[in-house]
Amino acid sequence: MSTAAPPTDRTRPDQIDLTASSPRWGEKAIVGWLFLCAAFSVLVTVGIVFALVEPTLEFFSRVSLGEFFSFDEWAPTFQPPAFGVGRIVAGTLNVTFYALLIALPAGLGAAIYLSEYASPRAKRILKPVLEVLEGVPTVAYGFFALTFITPIIRELWPTFLPGALGDPPGIFSAASAGLVMGIMIIPTVASVSQDAMSAVPASLREAAYGIGSTRMQVATKVVVPAALSGIVASFILGISRAVGETMIVLIAAGATPNLTLLPNESVLTMTAFIAQASTGDIATGTITYYTVFAVGSLLFVSTLVLNMISIALVRRYREAYE
Amino acid sequence: MSAVTTPDPQGDIVSTPSTTHADPRSGLPDAPSGVMETVGLNVYYGGFHAVHDVDLAFGRNEITALIGPSGCGKSTVLRCLNRMNDLIPAARVEGSVNYHGIDIYGPKVDPIEVRRRIGMVFQKPNPFPKSIYDNIAYGPRVIGMQVDNMDDHVERCLRQAALWDEVKDKLKESGYSLSGGQQQRLCIARTIATAPDVILMDEPCSALDPIATSAIEDLMTDLREDYTIIIVTHNMQQAARVSDRTAFFTARPDETTGNRTGLLVEYDKTSQIFENPRDQRTEDYISGRFG
Ligand SMILES: Nc1ncnc2c1ncn2[C@@H]1O[C@H](COP(=O)(O)OP(=O)(O)OP(=O)(O)O)[C@@H](O)[C@H]1O
Ligand SMILES: [Mg+2]
Repeated sequence: MSTAAPPTDRTRPDQIDLTASSPRWGEKAIVGWLFLCAAFSVLVTVGIVFALVEPTLEFFSRVSLGEFFSFDEWAPTFQPPAFGVGRIVAGTLNVTFYALLIALPAGLGAAIYLSEYASPRAKRILKPVLEVLEGVPTVAYGFFALTFITPIIRELWPTFLPGALGDPPGIFSAASAGLVMGIMIIPTVASVSQDAMSAVPASLREAAYGIGSTRMQVATKVVVPAALSGIVASFILGISRAVGETMIVLIAAGATPNLTLLPNESVLTMTAFIAQASTGDIATGTITYYTVFAVGSLLFVSTLVLNMISIALVRRYREAYE
Repeated sequence: MSAVTTPDPQGDIVSTPSTTHADPRSGLPDAPSGVMETVGLNVYYGGFHAVHDVDLAFGRNEITALIGPSGCGKSTVLRCLNRMNDLIPAARVEGSVNYHGIDIYGPKVDPIEVRRRIGMVFQKPNPFPKSIYDNIAYGPRVIGMQVDNMDDHVERCLRQAALWDEVKDKLKESGYSLSGGQQQRLCIARTIATAPDVILMDEPCSALDPIATSAIEDLMTDLREDYTIIIVTHNMQQAARVSDRTAFFTARPDETTGNRTGLLVEYDKTSQIFENPRDQRTEDYISGRFG
């Protein structure tokens, strides 16, 4: 077919030019804009850190570290003031604990159901419902807690376990806030986990079924380990939401800085303190003003540490399928 | 359909001594010994009739190849043999698939039990994202198989799959650290780890190079001593090289709807199919004039 002679008859320009035909300014502008979008959140974070650092340092010039990191008493607005932040950290942990006790198992269960068991029809109905629930304003959950859950909890409190959970709670309690916060977080955990599980290739499921695994074995031994990074991410997201949640605790948990992990007492969380202190009129330069920043910094650092731990965990344990 | 062989009514009495496998073509009983058979198998995906009236019998310690042009329903038939089609909601199966005389689509049959006896190797290697060791140990663990020493069992399976020497020093590494051909042998080792009776393979070599392919073909020939193997392949030479019997499928368009429904054209000893096909369509396909 081919002839030995070189193709001389083809027209070819004398000069070959491989430089770009235009500088493509439009593309450069778009890339620049995209970069700015990405940089924006980083810049905001840096801004927050800067805004927190100075007042926090000011706070610690007036209050010693030992006084702040103690469990003695929390009364920054009283005379004389007391700054035992351990008390409101305990309040946050208390509510978060009960919220997660509900949200993590229920969210993971919902995700496994949606990803591995639900018929396409059930999925079509349930998934949007979950997504709508994610968007319900937290103030609505707060009122739901106070007006609906609290009376039920007080009515049905398990007094048959004397000493274990104590007396029925009052109007404000960690139990009510934690329970409702847990309900609020379920959709987040479920939806992020389910996305991770649905992304596990069908070929892995087929492999497991082909050996004779049951559905539950496929879900727990193949799909969950393969989707672990996404599932842990959903848990961390859930924890961050619980730690940072303000409205529900403000409305339903009360404002007593009790040092307790029991669910039947009223507690004050870090976020509730910040919200309360900031909505009252606090004069710049007062110790209350700086306390808000100190607590804010503590919140910021704890969520940062949480995220770092989760990233390390995920690196260590995930089963990468690519 | 003319050449479809019916299984020996006595079923298992024709037992082939393993010595006959030195040359699979000689000493092969005329009728397969009926470990499995399909009777009037029809498969639908929703309203689409994918496979029409397939009657096939698969012999013990034989390799049966399913060949035919793309879309004629080979994978569909194969997936019916261990109820993998249950995983496709739209799939519907009519007729029966008998395994040692029991219809696996019968009312009391648990598909999980079926798959524990009839294992499957897939077209694309799909190791679990776990260690090489755990890939093998997974099956025995989930089915609750009694294994004296899991380390020995893992070694035995990897040896049987001709993979041991290549992986013995890195059993803790991910299955994904292996090459494609090694991954496929790992998947085969994983399948035999649960000691199934029948192994189904859907184009197990289509993603592999000739050397890996030949390693897997040798492996199949070895495995035939202990297992009944049914393989789908697009590779004529492969079917001719490794299989004892060959089933040729084709797809025929429906006159009214134009849907291409798969059907079994001819089923016979591989030597017969390749040297002396009875059906013109088989001959055309084998000689490369079609499909
Ligand atoms: N999950 C499914 N849903 C709907 N139709 C399907 C599905 N799987 C296969 N089919 C259809 O069934 C027919 C047979 O498909 P099948 O995969 O069994 O063919 P095949 O012979 O294995 O082809 P190939 O050689 O390309 O793998 C095809 O027309 C295909 O489109
Ligand atoms: Mg196929």
